[in-house]
Amino acid sequence: MPVLAALALAWPALAGLAGLGWTLVSATTEAAGGGPGGFDRLAAEPGLGLSIWVSLWTGPAAAALSLAIVATIMAAAPQGRSLRWIAGLMAPAMAIPHAAAGFALAFLIAPSGFLIRLTGSFERPPDWLILNDPAGLSLLAGLVLKEVPFLLLMAIAILPQANPERMMQAAIALGHRPGWAFLAAVFPGIYRRIRLPVYAVVAFSGSVVDLAIILGPGTPAPLAPRVLGWLTDPDLSRQGIGAAGALLHLLVTLASLLLWRIGEVIVAAFGRTLLSRGWRGPPDRLVRGAGLGLAGLVTVGLLGGLVVLGLWSVAGPWRFPDPLPQGLTLDRWAEQAGRLAGLGATSLWLALGSAAVSLILAILLLARPRAARLRMLILIPGLIVPQIAFLGGLAVLMLRLGWDGTLISVIAVHVIFVLPYMVFALAGPWQRLDPRHEQVALALGKSPAAAFWRVRLPMLAVPLAFAFALGCAISLSQYLPTLLIGGGRVATLTTEAVALASGGDRRLIGIYALAQTLLPALLLGLALLGPAALFRNRRGLLGGGEA
Amino acid sequence: MRSVLAALCLLVATLAPVLASDHRGAEWEAMLAKARGQTVYLHAWGGAPEINAYLEWAGEQVFNRFGIRLEHVRISDAADSVARIQAEKAAGRTVGGAVDLIWINGENFAAMKRDGLLRADAWAETLPNRAFTDAEARPILLFDFTVLVEGQESPWGLAQFTLYHDSATLAEPPRSLEALASWIAANPGRFTYAAPPNFIGTTFLKQVLLGLVADPAILSKPVGDADFAAVSAPLWAWLDRVRPDLWRSGRVFATDTTHLRTLLSDGEIDIAMSFNPAEASAAIASGDLPGTVRSFVLDYGSLGNAHFLAIPFNANAAEAAMVVADFLLSPEAQARKADEAVWGDPTVLDYQSLNSEGQALFDSLSFGPATLPILERGEVLPEPHPSWTEALEQEWQRRYAAGG
Repeated sequence: MPVLAALALAWPALAGLAGLGWTLVSATTEAAGGGPGGFDRLAAEPGLGLSIWVSLWTGPAAAALSLAIVATIMAAAPQGRSLRWIAGLMAPAMAIPHAAAGFALAFLIAPSGFLIRLTGSFERPPDWLILNDPAGLSLLAGLVLKEVPFLLLMAIAILPQANPERMMQAAIALGHRPGWAFLAAVFPGIYRRIRLPVYAVVAFSGSVVDLAIILGPGTPAPLAPRVLGWLTDPDLSRQGIGAAGALLHLLVTLASLLLWRIGEVIVAAFGRTLLSRGWRGPPDRLVRGAGLGLAGLVTVGLLGGLVVLGLWSVAGPWRFPDPLPQGLTLDRWAEQAGRLAGLGATSLWLALGSAAVSLILAILLLARPRAARLRMLILIPGLIVPQIAFLGGLAVLMLRLGWDGTLISVIAVHVIFVLPYMVFALAGPWQRLDPRHEQVALALGKSPAAAFWRVRLPMLAVPLAFAFALGCAISLSQYLPTLLIGGGRVATLTTEAVALASGGDRRLIGIYALAQTLLPALLLGLALLGPAALFRNRRGLLGGGEA
Repeated sequence: MRSVLAALCLLVATLAPVLASDHRGAEWEAMLAKARGQTVYLHAWGGAPEINAYLEWAGEQVFNRFGIRLEHVRISDAADSVARIQAEKAAGRTVGGAVDLIWINGENFAAMKRDGLLRADAWAETLPNRAFTDAEARPILLFDFTVLVEGQESPWGLAQFTLYHDSATLAEPPRSLEALASWIAANPGRFTYAAPPNFIGTTFLKQVLLGLVADPAILSKPVGDADFAAVSAPLWAWLDRVRPDLWRSGRVFATDTTHLRTLLSDGEIDIAMSFNPAEASAAIASGDLPGTVRSFVLDYGSLGNAHFLAIPFNANAAEAAMVVADFLLSPEAQARKADEAVWGDPTVLDYQSLNSEGQALFDSLSFGPATLPILERGEVLPEPHPSWTEALEQEWQRRYAAGG
C-alpha cells in the first residue's frame, strides 16, 4: 500500500519527465523525424520569431494585469462584506472553462458582436481588427478575464494569514491612506503566499492552446498552437519540427518566468523607493473607484458574455444589426440533447475520476507537512511546464505501451493538472485547522487514524468538498491532454466546443460552451450546498474554521 | 503508362461485379455477420452541423439495420487523424487501431497510400452498392487529385468550387479574376478567403492559380517537375494586389466555410465561397442566410473533386467499416445526403445505373433558389497533383502568415 501510494504520488513527476524525455528523443533522432535537421527546419519556419514573441510576453502580461486588478479590487474593499460579496460573484467564474470564457468574450466584443449591436449605430459590422489581432491583445483580454477570479479567490483564501488588520492599522497610523496602506503593507504579504499560483498563471498563459485558437492571432499563431499543428502533422519530418518546437516552448516558458522574476525585483525596488520618499498613495476615492470599476468590468465580461452565449444557444433568426434575436427556440438544444448527454457523461466520469484520485493524493501530500520540497516536485509538471512540451511525447509513449485512448489513461493525465489546484485549495484550511482538536481526540484515547478520519476530515468537509468540485472543474476544462492522450476516442464537452470554434456556428458554440460551464457550476453548487445540508445541526463546521 | 493503368482499372471496375456476382451474396452475408456488434470510429470533419446531423442519422440507421455502433469522431482536420495512424504504424500497432473509417481525399489520401496506411485489397470495389456508380463517366472517382484510387477508398460525394453573394447587397457579382480584383479594390473590406491549410482556403489558391497559369497541364504533374516559383508567380501577384483591400486589411483570414457563411450573413463580407454547390440553398432553408443569396461560378471553370471514405490498414472494425461505407453509398443514403434540407452534397451514384426505385429517390429532391442548375455550373477543372497543395500552403504561410 505505501508503495502504491508512493508510485501514485510520483506519477505526475514521472509522467512529466517521461514525456519530456520522449520529446527530447524524437527531437534529436533522425528516425523520429528530428535530429539536427529538425531544429534547422524549425528555425526556418516562417514567422517563428513572432510566434515566440507572443508566447513570451502574454504570460507575464496576463499575470501582471490580473494581479494588478486583484490588488486594486482588494484595496478598494480590503475586508468585510463587500469583499465577500465580490468573492461570491467570482467563485462561479472559477467554473467557467477557458474555452467558454474565450467564446463569451468573442461574442461580446467582435465587430458583429453584442456590444456593437447594442450601440445601434452600425448597419453593417465595422471592419475593425478586434478578435485574433496579430499583437495578441484579445488573447490577453481573455486570459485576464479568466485569471482574475482565480487569483482573487486564492488571495482571499490566504488573506487572514497576511494579518491585514494589524498591518493596515500600522500603515494608517503612519499616515498612509487606507487604499494605499493595503497595497503597500498587506498585499506584498499576500503576494508572497500566492507566488506559486502566480507563476503557474505566467507559465499557463503563455502556453495555452484552446484560448489561443479562439482569440489568439493566426498570422502567425502563438508558439503552442503551432507546435500542436506540427506534432499532429501526417508528415513525419514535420513531427520532428514539433518535437523541437516543444522543447523550444519549454525554454520560452522558462524565459517568461525569468522575465517575471526580474519584474518582481523591479516592482519591489520601485515600491520601496516610493515608500522611502514618503509617498502617501493615490486618493482613496481613486482606488475605490478603480477597484469597483475593474471588478464590475470582469464580472460583466464573464457573466454578460455567458448570457450572450445562452441567448445564441436559443436564438431563432438573429441577423446583424438586430440587438436581440427575432425569436427563441429550443430546437437546437433538442437536436443536440443526445450528443450532449453522451459527451457530458464522458466529461463527468473523467472529472469525478481525476478529482477523486487527486483528492486522495492531495490529502496524502498534506498529511506529510515536512515534505514541502517533494510536494513542489510533484506539482511542477502540472503548473509550470507547458502542457505542449511534454504531452506530445507522453502521448506517443503511451501509444507505444498501448495505454492510450481509454478513460483511465485520460484520467491519469488529468490528475497531473488537477492535483496542484486541489493542493492550492486545501493547503490553507488544512494548515489553519487547530491541531488541538485532534490532540483532544488522542487524549481521549482515540487512535491517530481515528482522530484523522473522525475529527480532521469531517471538520474539513467544507474545504474538501470545495476542492473536489474545483478539481472537477479543472478536469472539465482540459483540452490538450484529452485531445492528445484520448487520441480522438475520448470526446468531451471541451474538445467538442474547441472543435466547433473552427466552424463558427454561433448557436452550437453557445450550446456547447454553456454546457461546458453548467456542469462544473453545478458541481461547485453541490459542493457548497451539500455540506450545508449535511451539517445543518453543526453550524460551526460550516464557517470554514476561523477564516 | 498511366493511361494503361487507367484502362486496366476501368476493365477491373466493369468486370468485377460480373465476375464476383455469383458468390458475392454469401460473402457479403458473412461480412454482415462479422460486422454486427462492432463499433466504427469514423473520423470526419466536425465543423458543419448539417454534416454532423446527417452522420447521426446514418449512425441510427446502421445500428438498427446491422447492429453497428457508429461513432463520429469530430476532427478539425483529417491530417490530424492521418498523423495518428502514422504514429500507430510507427509504434507497431498493426491491429486495433483508433480509426476505422476516415473521410479524406487529395493529399491525405496520397500520403496514406504512399505510406501504406490504407487497407489495400481493393475493398471499395467489392461493395454491393458500388454497382450503382459509373466510374467510366466520372474519372474523378478513379483518380483522387491525379492519384490512382485502386479501390483503396470508397467514393462518398462530389464537390465543386462555388461562390455566393447576397443579391440584395450585390446585384451583379464579378465573374472573372480580373473583375474580382477590381471589385475588391473598389469595395475594401468586403472579401476574404479562409487561411490555408484549411481546405477551402487552399482550394481558393488552386482555383486562382488555374485561372492564371499559362499551361494548366503542368499542374497535373508533381510540383518537383515544375519551376514552382515561376508557375505560381501570377497567383502571388494577384493575391498581393488584392490583399490591402481584403476584410481586416488581410491581417486576419476566415477559418473555414462555416465562418465565411457567418461573415456573409452578418454583412461583414459580400462574397463567400464553398466546395458544396448546395451550401447557400441549404443555409437559406435553415435560416442562416437570407433568401436573396445566389450562387455563381467564375467564367473559366471551377475546381471539382470527389471525396472518399477509406479504411486504415490497422482498423479495429474493418468489416463494420465496410458495411458503413456501403450503406453511405446506398441510393437511400446518397439521396438523403443530396437533399438540401439535410446536407446537399451531390451524389457519386450514376442516375442511369439506378433501378426505378433508386431513381425515384433522386427525382423527389427539390433544389433551392441558390443552387445553380448543373448546366450553369460551368466547366469542372481537375485538381492539381497533391504535391502542389503542400507547396502552395507553405508559400502562402511564408508570405501572409509570418507577420508584417
